[in-house]
Amino acid sequence: METVNGEREYPFCEIDPEECKGCHLCVSSCPAEVLEVSDNLNSKGFHYAEYKGSGCIGCGFCFYMCPEPGAITVYLKDYEPGKAV
Amino acid sequence: MAKKTVLRKPKGFLDVYKHKPGAEKDRTHYCPGCGHGILHKLVAEALEDLDVVDRTVLMSPVGCSVFAYYYFDTGHFQVAHGRAPAVATAVSRANPDAITISYQGDGDLAAIGGNNILQAANRGENFVVFFVNNAIYGMTGGQMAPTTLEGQKTTTTPYGRNPLTDGYPIKMCEVISQLYAPVYVTRTSLHDNANVRKTRNAVRKAIQNVKEKKGFSFVEVLGMCPSGWKMSSTDAQRWIEEEMIPVFPLGVYKDVTDEDRSSIDRPTPVHEVDRVLEALDVTTEKAELLSKREVEPRYANPSIRASGFGGQGIMSMGQAIARVGMKYGYEVSWLPSYGPEMRGGTANCSVKVQENKIGACEATEPTVIIAMNRPSLERFEKILQPDGTIIYNSTLIEVEPTREDAEVYPVPITGLADDLGNTRVQSMVGVGAFAGVTDLFDPEEVIKLLPEMFGSKASLIELNEKAVRAGYEYVKENF
Ligand SMILES: Cc1ncc(C[n+]2csc(CCOP(=O)(O)OP(=O)(O)O)c2C)c(N)n1
Ligand code: SF4
Ligand code: SF4
Repeated sequence: METVNGEREYPFCEIDPEECKGCHLCVSSCPAEVLEVSDNLNSKGFHYAEYKGSGCIGCGFCFYMCPEPGAITVYLKDYEPGKAV
Repeated sequence: MAKKTVLRKPKGFLDVYKHKPGAEKDRTHYCPGCGHGILHKLVAEALEDLDVVDRTVLMSPVGCSVFAYYYFDTGHFQVAHGRAPAVATAVSRANPDAITISYQGDGDLAAIGGNNILQAANRGENFVVFFVNNAIYGMTGGQMAPTTLEGQKTTTTPYGRNPLTDGYPIKMCEVISQLYAPVYVTRTSLHDNANVRKTRNAVRKAIQNVKEKKGFSFVEVLGMCPSGWKMSSTDAQRWIEEEMIPVFPLGVYKDVTDEDRSSIDRPTPVHEVDRVLEALDVTTEKAELLSKREVEPRYANPSIRASGFGGQGIMSMGQAIARVGMKYGYEVSWLPSYGPEMRGGTANCSVKVQENKIGACEATEPTVIIAMNRPSLERFEKILQPDGTIIYNSTLIEVEPTREDAEVYPVPITGLADDLGNTRVQSMVGVGAFAGVTDLFDPEEVIKLLPEMFGSKASLIELNEKAVRAGYEYVKENF
C-alpha cells in the first residue's frame, strides 16, 4: 500500500497477503497499532494482516513476531529505495 | 555489521523452498502462529548476520520441525527421533569448523531422546541446541510430552496430566545446568515482543559460542502451539505467560562462556589416514590383483541378498563374497541387517560386487538371492529382479520358489555342512555354491581368505575349506 501521493514513507511495513497465514501475531505486537486484519481473504482462505499505510515507527516487532519467513518486510527509516540489502 | 535498513527474509533461508513438495514453495508447513516459525526466523537471521550460513549443519529432528531442511540454506541431517545430539556430535567432531545445530522439540529431546541430550551435554560437545518447549507432541496430534503441565489436557491425558501417574513436567534447563560441561544454558520465550528480543539475543550468543568453539550451548524456547493447545495464536501467547512460565521460569541458568575452561578443550580429531590404518593393523601395500574372470552377463555385477536365521552365518557368507570380490579388483560393498535376536531371529545382508563405483549399498532389487530358510526365500524372491537367480537351501526349505522367471538352484546347504560334521560351516557351503553358479571367482581364492576371516584355528579352517569345496562341487555336479 502506498501513501496518497504514491510515495512510500519510511519506515514502511509491507505484508505479502499470500504468505500471511492469518495468525495476527503481528497485529497484536504492533505498538503503533498500524496493522489490522483485512476483511479480504487470500487464496488460502486466511484473513491476512495489512498495514494501514502510515504510522509505522520501524520497531521491527511485527517482523520478529511473524512465524512466516518472508511474509513481512519492514523498511526502516534509513532505507534507500533501490539499494541492495 | 552495518546497521540494517530493512528487515526482510533472512539469507539463512532458501529463497525458494525447492525441496518442499507441492506448489507452495514460498511458505512453510507450520500452522498459523507456530513458535517454530518464529525461532526459525531468529536462527536464520543470526546465521546470516554472523556470516556462517555456508558452514552450518542443522539437524532436523522428528516432530513438526522435521522439515526444517526445506527452509534453511544450510547443510542438513534429518535424524532419527531424539538422536539429533548424537549426529550433531559426529558432525561437530568430524568438522570442528562447522556451526552445528541440533534443533529439537520437547517430545524429541526430553522423552525419546532424553539420554542422548544428557550425554552430549555432559561431554560438552561443541554445538548448540535449540529446544522448542511447547508442552506437547505437536506433530502427532497433541499427546502428552515430558514438559506437559500438571493438569494440562492432552489427547493422552484427557483428564489432565496427573503427576502421580504421569510424572511431573521435566525442566530441562534446570537439569542440564547441573552438569559441569555445558557453557550456556538459558530459557526464553516467544510470547511477547520483549521476550522475542531476548530469544534473539540468546540465539545469537549461542551460535557465537559455537563459532568460537566454546562448547555446549542449550537454548530452551517456550513456543506457541496453537493447534496442539486448541487456542488462537494470541491466547497461546497468554497461556505461555500465565501457565507455562510459572512452571518453566525464564532466565539464564548457566553462563560460563567467559571462563577459561581448558578442561573442555577437545583434542582435534585425527584425520591422518596412516594413524587410523596403523591402529587397525591394516597394511597400505597394494595387493596384487587377480585377473577378472569371464562372467556370464546375468552374473556380472551381482547385487546379492543373502538371508537366513541368525546363527546361520549369513554375515560371514556375505563378507566372504565381498572380500574375494576385492581380490579381483571389483568395487564391493557389504551391508548387514540384523534381526532383533542374535540367534533364531532373521538376518540378511546385501552384497554388491561391481565393475563401477557403488552408490547405494542395499540390494533393493537383487540379481541373486541366497535363501537359507523359508521366510527368507518368501521375502526376498519378491524383490528379485526379473530373470534373476535363486540359490536356496533345500535342506530346510521344502517349498519351491514361486518366481517362474528365475533361474533356480536348490542346494542342500545345511545338509552338506552336516555331512562334514558341523552345520556351522553351512555359510561357506553357501559361498561355494555361489561360486559354482556364477563362476565369478575361484573357490580356492575364498579358501585363502579363511585364516583372515576365522583366525588361525587349524581345525576350523580345514572344515571351512571342505565346506567351500562341497558347495562348489555340488553345483558343478548337479546343474
Ligand atoms: C521412533 C519414533 N517414535 C515415534 C514417532 C512418532 N512421532 C513423530 S513426531 C513425535 C512427537 C514430536 O513431538 P515434539 O518433539 O514435542 O515436537 P513438536 O511436533 O511438538 O514440534 C512422535 C512421537 C516417530 N516418528 N519415530
Ligand atoms: S515495524 Fe513496528 S510499528 Fe511498524 S508495523 Fe511492524 S510492529 Fe507496527
Ligand atoms: S502442531 Fe503446533 S508445533 Fe506443530 S506446526 Fe502446528 S502449531 Fe507448530
